Amino acid sequence: MVVIAEIPSTEYVLNCTSACAGCGDSLALRYVLKAAGPDTILVMPAGCTAAFQGVYPKTAYALPVVNIAFAAAAASASGLSTFLRAKGKKTKVVVYAGDGATLDIGLSAVSGAFERRTDFLYVCYDNEAYGNTGMQRSGATPIGAKTTTTPAGKPEIKKDIDTIIAAHEPPYQATACAAYPQDLFRKVQKALTFEGPTFVHILTPCPPGWRYSAEKTVELGKLAVKSGIWALYERENGKLVISAPTKAAMKKPVPLEEYLAPQGRFKGIDSATVALLKGRIAENFRRLAAEEAGS
Amino acid sequence: MRKISTGNKAVAEAVALARPDVVAAYPITPQSDIVETIAEFVAAGKLDTKYIPVESEHSSMAACIGAGIAGARTFTATSSHGLTYMHEMTNWAAGARLPVVMANVNRSLAPGWNIWVEHSDAIQERDTGWLQIWVSTVQEAYDTTLMAFRIAEHNDVLLPVMINLDGFTLSHIMQPLDTVEPGDFIPPIHLPDPVDPAHPAGYGTIAGPADQFRFRYKMEQAMQDAKAVIAETEQDFARRFGRTYSAAEEYRAGDADVVVVALGTLGKEAEVAVDILRDEGIKAGSVRPRWFRPFPDLDLAGKELVVIDRDYSFGFGGVLAHEIRSKYLTKVFSVIAGLGGQEVTYDDIAEFVRKRRIGEEFWFGVSDHV
Repeated sequence: MVVIAEIPSTEYVLNCTSACAGCGDSLALRYVLKAAGPDTILVMPAGCTAAFQGVYPKTAYALPVVNIAFAAAAASASGLSTFLRAKGKKTKVVVYAGDGATLDIGLSAVSGAFERRTDFLYVCYDNEAYGNTGMQRSGATPIGAKTTTTPAGKPEIKKDIDTIIAAHEPPYQATACAAYPQDLFRKVQKALTFEGPTFVHILTPCPPGWRYSAEKTVELGKLAVKSGIWALYERENGKLVISAPTKAAMKKPVPLEEYLAPQGRFKGIDSATVALLKGRIAENFRRLAAEEAGS
Repeated sequence: MRKISTGNKAVAEAVALARPDVVAAYPITPQSDIVETIAEFVAAGKLDTKYIPVESEHSSMAACIGAGIAGARTFTATSSHGLTYMHEMTNWAAGARLPVVMANVNRSLAPGWNIWVEHSDAIQERDTGWLQIWVSTVQEAYDTTLMAFRIAEHNDVLLPVMINLDGFTLSHIMQPLDTVEPGDFIPPIHLPDPVDPAHPAGYGTIAGPADQFRFRYKMEQAMQDAKAVIAETEQDFARRFGRTYSAAEEYRAGDADVVVVALGTLGKEAEVAVDILRDEGIKAGSVRPRWFRPFPDLDLAGKELVVIDRDYSFGFGGVLAHEIRSKYLTKVFSVIAGLGGQEVTYDDIAEFVRKRRIGEEFWFGVSDHV
């Protein structure tokens, strides 16, 4: 358990980003960088985080950032990490990529880098849509959610990137949420103690994308975990441990409707889709519990 | 040392002498045995290079870029669809001013599915900011690869270099090869401002219109400055190793009335055609541009030109023919020949010259008037 006092006060995300008000991603980035510390190089594909770093010659991030094409982050990080290790440098290489860059366009490069055992941390910040380009659907958009390209609600379920990553057998992977900074901080810190490819998948609520009022980001993140639609866990050398907030949710989840209702993207969602989502939550809980129990 | 080698093996041997820090590659015919040979060198402990076997050409260039931003000397090789798949990242490498050296074994693009020589793959990269050179012999492939690292990494250049060699007709043919001991011909790499956590900075950050405009202008300045660096490198190579190269190789062109212009092996083949034509009393010559970017300064005034393109810009014409036309305001007979590996002999080239129709375009094997 990390207490707030242990989280460094150093800020690597400076007070000059052009992130939207209430941005869950910028909140997550702050804690990722605090956990990574100063000897870190960020590799960043196109996405919100790349956009709100500011415009040349200035930058809002107090760490070196290698900006790279949408599909190229994992492969570029592979080249960077391989060269640094060959030079005997321990500098941490952290890819910070959105759900579109990770689940969709960059998936082949992500898979390749994990298969090659690239020594890096891959962070996927997941706001469940292409936020930077105006909220089009991505592979991470949940079923029923309205986006600018699924105005009637996305008909397909969210792609399960964590299982895809698990199939690559990384030494460490975890899920996190911007609304739980201590849990997030600890998981990133832990991920960076491993050699080889590690993965942290962070749910980052997005006021304009999810269509809720900007001050509710932390509340929405907590509701995502408490309702069970977003489960927090970590898998270390194949051994799963469910995180405390999700343990609590497994015992007594808040009704999913409490999570859906404040979000404009779920306005008008039909009861069959809500039932489907609830069914998937229950099934996911069952699966996680079974894996943790080793059965 | 004199030996017999293919074009591909010659490139791989020259790359090994340059000792790149990182080679990232994906296999594609007819390129594969360049990177296979490098992988063998690494596996045998002859070469202290990190070999990254990537899952695509997009990633091979991305990996070279990632390593390059940290200051690494990088190499990759590709061909055809590999190059077009990599296209997004070739732009990125040039824009990031990274001196990646890449061998591109020229090959046609599908459909039809065709593995034979054509220059369309490289020509599609024309405007990305890469220096492009075409070689015509195994020896030239070897020597040029050595020179490419020094040129790309020169502080006045800092642009990537693509060495083009014709698929199969050069990549897989055997010719004599004199190898060299490069000594200090290729200096250690020293890139300005490699990424460093002690000095946080954004690489490839969003740039507004005014800055982007300046970046592009500087790339063009580097292209122009590369001409002097190329000349100096070729002269130093000649001094050290006795083999002379220039931006464009001329053959009996000085007093010629008609000059054949072609890239790669066809440009070399044209020299035989020139001898045949001279025997017939036709004052022919040939010019083979080695460098295509930056485009060489050619002395073509007052001559008729027969330009052979192993490429085509649909809706416009043969690219080399049009580049020469626009740069030198001269009339050319544009011959489209050798696409998809179509055989073009020196006799065919001699016939193009004999029956030239200046101002026209002729598709060898399709048009019927030659």
